[in-house]
Amino acid sequence: MATSTAVRPAIPDTSTISRTGQWTFGKVLNRVLFWILVVFIIVYTVFPFFWALISSIKPNAELFATPVQYWPSQLNWTFYQFVLANGDFLRALRNSVIVSFSVVAISLALGSLAAYAMGRLKFRGRTPVLYLILSMTMFPQIAILGSLYQMINALGLFDRLPALIIAYLTFTLPFTVWVLANFFKAMPGELEEAALVDGATPLQAFYRILLPLAAPGMVTTGLLAFIAAWNEYLYALTFTQSRARTVQPAIASFTGNTQFELPWGNILAASVLVTLPLVILVLVFQRKILAGLTAGAVKG
Amino acid sequence: MTQRVATAPLPAPKAPGREVDLPQSSWTKARERLAWILVAPSVLVVVLVALYPLFQSFRLSFTNARFGSPRPEVYVGFDNYIRLLQDTVFHAAMQHTITFTVASVAIETVLGVVIALIINSHFTGRGVVRTSMLIPWAIPTVVSSQLWRFMYNQDNGVINDLLVYRLGILDSPVAWIANPTTSLPAIIAVDVWKTTPFMALLLLAGLQVIPGDVYEAATVDGASKWQQFWQITLPLLKPALLVALIFRTLDAFRVFDVVFVMKGTALDTITLAIYARQTMIDQQYLGRGAAASVVIFLCIALLVIIYSRLVRVEET
Repeated sequence: MATSTAVRPAIPDTSTISRTGQWTFGKVLNRVLFWILVVFIIVYTVFPFFWALISSIKPNAELFATPVQYWPSQLNWTFYQFVLANGDFLRALRNSVIVSFSVVAISLALGSLAAYAMGRLKFRGRTPVLYLILSMTMFPQIAILGSLYQMINALGLFDRLPALIIAYLTFTLPFTVWVLANFFKAMPGELEEAALVDGATPLQAFYRILLPLAAPGMVTTGLLAFIAAWNEYLYALTFTQSRARTVQPAIASFTGNTQFELPWGNILAASVLVTLPLVILVLVFQRKILAGLTAGAVKG
Repeated sequence: MTQRVATAPLPAPKAPGREVDLPQSSWTKARERLAWILVAPSVLVVVLVALYPLFQSFRLSFTNARFGSPRPEVYVGFDNYIRLLQDTVFHAAMQHTITFTVASVAIETVLGVVIALIINSHFTGRGVVRTSMLIPWAIPTVVSSQLWRFMYNQDNGVINDLLVYRLGILDSPVAWIANPTTSLPAIIAVDVWKTTPFMALLLLAGLQVIPGDVYEAATVDGASKWQQFWQITLPLLKPALLVALIFRTLDAFRVFDVVFVMKGTALDTITLAIYARQTMIDQQYLGRGAAASVVIFLCIALLVIIYSRLVRVEET
């Protein structure tokens, strides 16, 4: 660190001088190409959602106009009004909120305890547990679909919210334990040792000292678990029918008056309503999310 | 690897000065018990709702189990697997899954490296680009699939409008999703859109650990940008690249959402996961469907083993 900061200022200075000194044609072309690429990346990533927003507030006739009308002539909120007055959609929204928050709460409560033990305590059997957790973060959901379906039916939980909460724990809990364990492990040991020497039990050291320090990590993992639960489709489609339907299968199976006519305005309005909170959440917490994703991935 | 070192039994307390007051044996015993109490709830949940169902799937794949059938389950050996091998739909599903995985991961990796290199250079507005790249990742797959279905529409979709009327690249509108020759590539394009930015962000994290001095030294030595990329960037990026590749491959191989929302169980795009679900849930052939899902599991396990070998070779 020290050497690089000492050397750094000297070198970039000379390079910028030589760069600004002579604006050759090649350099200008390079610059222009670079910015075209940057603009292209932004348009490519943002356009589909932007298009959904624009289309969802177009008058119905303009939504299906050929050639395509790129800007609405007037604002039309009827799709949103329809979706927000739709009992099925509102129930799906409520179900998604309940399931996602429950899954995050349970994952964090159980996961942080296990992560503390995995990250800070030495015990026999730690390696098998670690491998169990790690392998559970990798195996495909489809591998247990049939047997979970059987189990859920046997417990009488079909089309009920607990079925989804249980099913979602299969991927959020191992992930939470894994990321938080790495988080706990990275903390300096002195704090905890000081508390232990002062007579605190390991459990007290955990919830008085380490847990508050782990709060940022918990926010990140909680957020990622929330997004995973909110966006889940396969289990929601299979384990629910109507009562416990969540937003993803609801959006996937929006139907119109006839079988052949898709109510695109309603689908897009519902899509925007379901996605906007996530997009805002991601933009607000982008640094944390990136840190969490890279921690989970790089150490995985 | 570090984990294994940490769990090795300690021959003696490392710093005897610190824990003088406490009798060593009862102290470690108490700690060990506490550790197990803390780990137990999570382990219990994982074993009950993930590991046990996984064993069940294996067991069911050797039976003729059906949902809602009073008939008793009978052990049928490898019958289900043999049936899979004879089923042309299963062959198609396998082929589509492999095509999807290879194509999407290859395109995402190349594009991801290019985009990561672009964002890694310092320029004003870099934050905006990085933020915009998180958007496709944050959008639920069901929503993005519906969005792209809307954009792919033959008559009034924006993609045909751009390609035919505005840019003149195509002569007439294409039914991207309905046409069996374009449907799989069109779906791959949606996956590329959704995951390339994420891949690029993972790779960017890998790029940012490479110290700038290395490039400065290379420039001084007269290495061209192209040489620097092949000799410095790529070798140093390899660990991050491998990890990103593992995650993407595992994800792509079990693809369900994007294909199912756009095409349902249509035969021109059916994947292994869709085939397994259709057999188990829609047709209620639990045993045969379980066999299909075990095949997916084994393929993914094989990929994990191959990749972890690669990573280990990298490390030594």
